[in-house]
Amino acid sequence: MELQTKKGNALRLLLVTLLVPALNIAIHWLIFMFFRDSGLPPVANAVLAVLWGALGIYSIYWSFNWMVEQYPDQWQRRLLPFVFIGPAVLLLGWLLVLPTIRTFWLSFFDASSVDFVGLSNYAAVFTDRLLVTALRNNLLWVAFGTVACVSLGLLIAILADRSSFEKLAKGIIFMPMAISFVAAGVIWKFIYYYQPEQQQIGLLNAIVVAFGGEPQAWLSMIQPWNNLFLIVILIWMQTGFAMVIFSAAIKSIPEDMLEAARMDGAGEFRIFFSIMIPYISGTLLSVTTTIIVFTLKIFDVVMIMTGGQYNTEVVATQFYRQLFMYQNAGYGSTLAIVLLIAVIPVIIINLRQFRKEGGF
Amino acid sequence: MKRKGVRKSKWLVNTVLAIICVIWAVPTFGLLVSSFRPAADILSTGWWNIFPHKEWTTVAQIELPRDTDLRGPISVEGMTYSDVQLREGVERDGQLLVWENRRQRLINVQEKEWAWISSFTTQNYETVLGGKQYKITMPDGSVKTEQGSGMSQSFWNTIAVTIPATVIPIFIASFAAYAFAWLRFPGRRTLFVVIIALLVVPLQVALIPILRDYTSLGLNGTYFGIWLAHTAFGLPLITYFMYTSISQLPKDIFESAFMDGATNFTIFSRLILPLSVPALASISIFQFLWVWNDYLVSLIFLGSQPEVQVMSMKIANLVGSRGNDWQLLTAAAFVSMLMPLTVFFALQRYFVRGMLGGSVKG
Repeated sequence: MELQTKKGNALRLLLVTLLVPALNIAIHWLIFMFFRDSGLPPVANAVLAVLWGALGIYSIYWSFNWMVEQYPDQWQRRLLPFVFIGPAVLLLGWLLVLPTIRTFWLSFFDASSVDFVGLSNYAAVFTDRLLVTALRNNLLWVAFGTVACVSLGLLIAILADRSSFEKLAKGIIFMPMAISFVAAGVIWKFIYYYQPEQQQIGLLNAIVVAFGGEPQAWLSMIQPWNNLFLIVILIWMQTGFAMVIFSAAIKSIPEDMLEAARMDGAGEFRIFFSIMIPYISGTLLSVTTTIIVFTLKIFDVVMIMTGGQYNTEVVATQFYRQLFMYQNAGYGSTLAIVLLIAVIPVIIINLRQFRKEGGF
Repeated sequence: MKRKGVRKSKWLVNTVLAIICVIWAVPTFGLLVSSFRPAADILSTGWWNIFPHKEWTTVAQIELPRDTDLRGPISVEGMTYSDVQLREGVERDGQLLVWENRRQRLINVQEKEWAWISSFTTQNYETVLGGKQYKITMPDGSVKTEQGSGMSQSFWNTIAVTIPATVIPIFIASFAAYAFAWLRFPGRRTLFVVIIALLVVPLQVALIPILRDYTSLGLNGTYFGIWLAHTAFGLPLITYFMYTSISQLPKDIFESAFMDGATNFTIFSRLILPLSVPALASISIFQFLWVWNDYLVSLIFLGSQPEVQVMSMKIANLVGSRGNDWQLLTAAAFVSMLMPLTVFFALQRYFVRGMLGGSVKG
């Protein structure tokens, strides 16, 4: 009798374990097909898509949790964590971890990913004129962009701390972080705009003319320094980020430490270099690495402003071009791996930090 | 003596900071002003002319005899000028003499007077948002027919991409963060180390293989595909962010809830989620804006079909095809900025926290 209930239970569990995932897959596949083939008006489409996205994910967790609850206690405890982390692990594995390995693999193959070519893609990255330009420009971006963002951010944080309108100033400087690089691109393209032989409606050229200079086509002239005009956009957008973090760090410096230094007759510059900088050095490092990582992947700005013309190509735009215009998956993968190699030191720093903070 | 020095330095600090703030605000302000100006005006005068400024304005006209020889010196009311001078404008006791019509020998006498731009229009927004055809007058007086850019459709597309691409990863990541923080299972440490390593991995390394998988699964150009992509790219950061928040909740509440016989699922949805609302708000805003402002991921996975294109792609296309039509570009850019700016000004506190936590995203 008891054996029979046990058997019945096992059968039930098996059925549940098979049915729940199968039903989930079937239902969401049907909804997906409906969306793909339906010609709904955009508003209805948007509302339905939002509903499906939000409710769908909840129903998946709910049904899987229900499935696990049918198991005996001991099994429940073992299985439940995997229901909770399962979707995250599956998605990360499929869409980040495996692709990284596959991209690494592809970087040793030719344009159509058929023939093994060894390291020749990597050799090309450092010899092909286009790719070398992209690398050089990325270095320009990282060097100028990071130094300017960090130093300006620090300067503004210190100024704001002592000014009479701190909140307003921080809001204004931080605001560009909210908007997209595409919109920022339009804003700055308008500033750099050049009309030959006409009234200048671009702000920069109008200023130059007002001071008696000759208007210029800023984005195509004086290569490679036209890159600087693009980097200005990054600085405009990212300085706010550096400023907000520095501002918090500066406020955490104990007041009596500064007071004691002032008593000893230290000037503001002395205080800045011998007290502030050492005190916020950890923040300084993390802000710098964050901006470096961000700048390495810069893409939107260059695409919008010049499309990579006039020697403004960077690694990420060249990656896109190799992939979609030249259909060269080999070069594309190699450029992606070059970016990955560039961030490896940051990964190591992050992991060390994690271990230092006690990990688990 | 010292007091005076402090006050002086405060004045200096305020001035320098004010100048920096003006420099920071001017680009956006110029865009906003320009987006409300008629097409013909944008191309002929700078937007900064909305500020009162002195401008040469015609106060009188002088008509010379029809047979005046333009090659020789031209005498105008007792003075002689050359044709070149009159073409560029020549000053005479505070007044400017310049040809109005050279063939009719008509000269404008202009004086400096206060002026500012006062003609504004919402036509640009109508053109950009709608899909119909519009007639606009160009600087030279000609009339041009323009196709509307259909930004309102891409606005809705952006919504359909962004909201699920925010909700899904936050849900998945919160579940995972809960498991990492409060459940014990084999592989927990290794998995978490992988997530931390993935924090700064540039998403370019994933694009080519995903694109191939999507092509064989028919996911290219679908909302579902781009939700999954944004979810995966956002997961490491959101999981990490939610982990730091959830793991700091006091242990007692879990224990007492367990005592009452609550399951992990109930604890999570009834207890943890409500307690984590501030963290959820911060990271949601970050992910929302990241997806809203994204260009690369949608460019690669949504492709070129106009019925699914999001706003950033639409604007990028406009920049490519209508690069000199500033009345369209400025209005389109401002439409796409409306949402981020609203979020920024309404939820600045959460926004800053999310940005700080989210700054390492790959």
